[in-house]
Amino acid sequence: MSALATEGLTRDFGGFRAVADVSLALAEGARHALIGPNGAGKTTLVNLLSGALRPSAGRVLLGGAEITALPQHARVKRGLARTFQVNQLFPDLTPEGAVGLAVLERQGLTGRWWRPAAAHAAEREEARALLAGLRFSAAEMRAPTRSLPYGRQRLLEIALALALRPRVLLLDEPAAGVPPGESRAVLEAVAALPRSVTVLLIEHDMDLVFRFAERITVLAQGAVLAEGPPAAIARDPAVRAVYLGGPAHG
Amino acid sequence: MRPALEAGFWLLALSGFWLMPEQLPLLGQAAIAALFVLSLDLLVGYAGVLTLGHAAFFGLGAYGAGLLAQQGWGEPLSGLLAAALLAGLLGLLTAPLVLRGGDLPALMVTLGLSLMLGEAANKLPGLTGGADGLLGVEIWPVLGLFRFDLHGRTAFLYALAVLFLLFLLARRITASPFGLALRGIRGNARRMPALGTPVRRRLVAAYALSAAYAGIAGALLAQTTQFVSLDALSFQRSAEGLLMLVLGGLGALYGAMLGAIVFTLAHHLLSEMSPLFWQFWIGLALVGLALAGRGGLLGLGAALLGRRA
Amino acid sequence: MLTVLLDGLAAGMLLFVLSVGLSVTLGLMNFVNLAHGAFGMAGGYLCVVLLNRLGLPFLACLLAAALCTGLLGLALERLLYRRLYGRDHLEQVLFSIGLVFIAGAAVDWLMGARQQLITLPPWLSGRVELGGVGLGVYRLFLIAVCTGLLLALHLGLVRTRFGSRLRAAVDDAVVARGLGIPVERLFAVTFALGSGLAGLGGALGVEVLGLDPTFPLKYMVYFLIVVAVGGANTVIGPFLAAILLGLVDVAGKYYLPQFGAFGIYTAMVALLILRPQGLLARAAAR
Repeated sequence: MSALATEGLTRDFGGFRAVADVSLALAEGARHALIGPNGAGKTTLVNLLSGALRPSAGRVLLGGAEITALPQHARVKRGLARTFQVNQLFPDLTPEGAVGLAVLERQGLTGRWWRPAAAHAAEREEARALLAGLRFSAAEMRAPTRSLPYGRQRLLEIALALALRPRVLLLDEPAAGVPPGESRAVLEAVAALPRSVTVLLIEHDMDLVFRFAERITVLAQGAVLAEGPPAAIARDPAVRAVYLGGPAHG
Repeated sequence: MRPALEAGFWLLALSGFWLMPEQLPLLGQAAIAALFVLSLDLLVGYAGVLTLGHAAFFGLGAYGAGLLAQQGWGEPLSGLLAAALLAGLLGLLTAPLVLRGGDLPALMVTLGLSLMLGEAANKLPGLTGGADGLLGVEIWPVLGLFRFDLHGRTAFLYALAVLFLLFLLARRITASPFGLALRGIRGNARRMPALGTPVRRRLVAAYALSAAYAGIAGALLAQTTQFVSLDALSFQRSAEGLLMLVLGGLGALYGAMLGAIVFTLAHHLLSEMSPLFWQFWIGLALVGLALAGRGGLLGLGAALLGRRA
Repeated sequence: MLTVLLDGLAAGMLLFVLSVGLSVTLGLMNFVNLAHGAFGMAGGYLCVVLLNRLGLPFLACLLAAALCTGLLGLALERLLYRRLYGRDHLEQVLFSIGLVFIAGAAVDWLMGARQQLITLPPWLSGRVELGGVGLGVYRLFLIAVCTGLLLALHLGLVRTRFGSRLRAAVDDAVVARGLGIPVERLFAVTFALGSGLAGLGGALGVEVLGLDPTFPLKYMVYFLIVVAVGGANTVIGPFLAAILLGLVDVAGKYYLPQFGAFGIYTAMVALLILRPQGLLARAAAR
């Protein structure tokens, strides 16, 4: 049984077919990458998987159960988390507060209105430990998010998803826009993800993809162009023609 | 320092009872305005939902409590409860219409709903007294002990006590996980569903809560003045509430109350000179505050304190 | 019956002229301008002063009202409105309500709170018999003028370079900027034009809609309905919405006076709920 699968997933915008009949299957614990040139439909596909968009046709399955009709928040509750290509953070909250909020939400506590959030010590401690694992200093944890350097914010983006303890994690270009000096921390965080988490990595950076992924799906014009292990993808002439545009990688 | 400041705030409010015995009705108005702005702050400041029609809930609470007393049940506390339930229920019913996504629909639907209610009250003189206002509101003594007097002594203490209790509750709520989730929604409504938060459900709860608060404020006005006029439902009231909120500082409970108090006192002083003068200044204040941006009085105070420290 | 139809049509036409500028403010700059009616009020009072105190010809007064409010709009846009583009809707709301209060107080102080009346020139007053029914000449004049304006605006929007740029910018301001369209300047000009039209509408409307310092607040809802229902990148949408509104409003006041404005507010809420697409949905999607 696949951890995450799609069957004939399709999405039209007016007359434009952004995602066309995409069928994917990610095995439990997979390290799967989704690549493709700009406008290939990668972000639309992520939005279809996370529930931010509804498909025009097709199905999405999480752990074998159909989730096509579920709204975003219900998918998260079933273990599907995502990060965003463009940071979606809480500028006024501290990292500790934001990750704490995510932990509280995972526990299903954000409907509670009596006991102060600060009194939920276990959740707060968990948030701190998670951030410390991503090498946030104590000062950084308590600074307003908007004051942090971009690389740290990028890490926080991942931390918010990790706090949900997902079974399947969609990473949408985690290293996008991170200056070279700060990108190592992000790459380490991605590499350190436990095997119990199934990962779909959407990425532009080929180094990261070929280092990380054990399977690659190439998307072009909304449809699956090729799928296979990295070596096969690197050799695939069709992929090289539309995407790599040069000699085989590595 | 914070607890001392807070205690000072409430003691100062209470000391008005002895320091300004001639002005107790005015101080009572200020407490009621503070409760109304507290309710707006829960919705606008914490949850980030815009409204141009919060007077609908204030007015509904006022007419609800007023009618209850007029029909022969003048017990004040149960009147407040009834008003809270009534306004909260209207909030619950209208929330799905208001929270359809985006500021513009929220602004326009809240405006439309409050105008509908105002016009309905205006056109049903048999029930509401229409433009003459609701007369014959008789309120029994608070807790069966404290009779409402002509000097507004009971009225002031009653309003202040209700404000204090509801402030404590609001502070509790805003510090809770629910309150944190509301701040998250205001901070980034796109991220919250990706954390697993049912955003709509949280906002509906905040909307109903805020509506209930506004309803209690309206009921307090009806009970302490023993009269309800169409004013309670007017657009002016909604707009002034927003002004008080922004004047004091968004998303801060003390700011909301401070804004209401400063506004009410200024209103009293300036409109004694001339109502026109007042309208002009309030307009100028709105324009100035909007151009200056967020923060309000509380932000100003914090900035001054911060500089000194 | 015919009278009601004619009155409703005339009122609707006026509403269109008054509110068409707002659809651009909301649609192009996503700016919640609740003070749009203040420009209508300004035009109305200008017309009253010029006509009653200085005795200028009516048509000259209309023209002057349009020009002056247009310039006033331009000045305010450059001095104040510009600073609030892209800011919170709450701040825009407060700002524009503030303008309404200031304008109301200023007008009240200068002119008093009473309803303003004008004396129409003889050639516009009275009635003509048409198939046995007496029709007000001024209503017919209004319909003619506003129809002319509608055609001019429509052609201007469809045929001219300015119009096509404006439509592109309303559709997607970001893309339009990328194409090198000077969105800000375009908007300043359009804002002035919209204010001028509102001023003209206010001047034309003194006789029909009335004029006192509460004018901007009283008609704010009407303008918002026209824009919300009509959409922003045609003039036909707001036009149809305005006509519908005018007819419903006049018919309601004529046949069901006991309901007052209740019907129109209910219609507004119902329309917002039933037809949230168009301008509102697009603004929400941003």
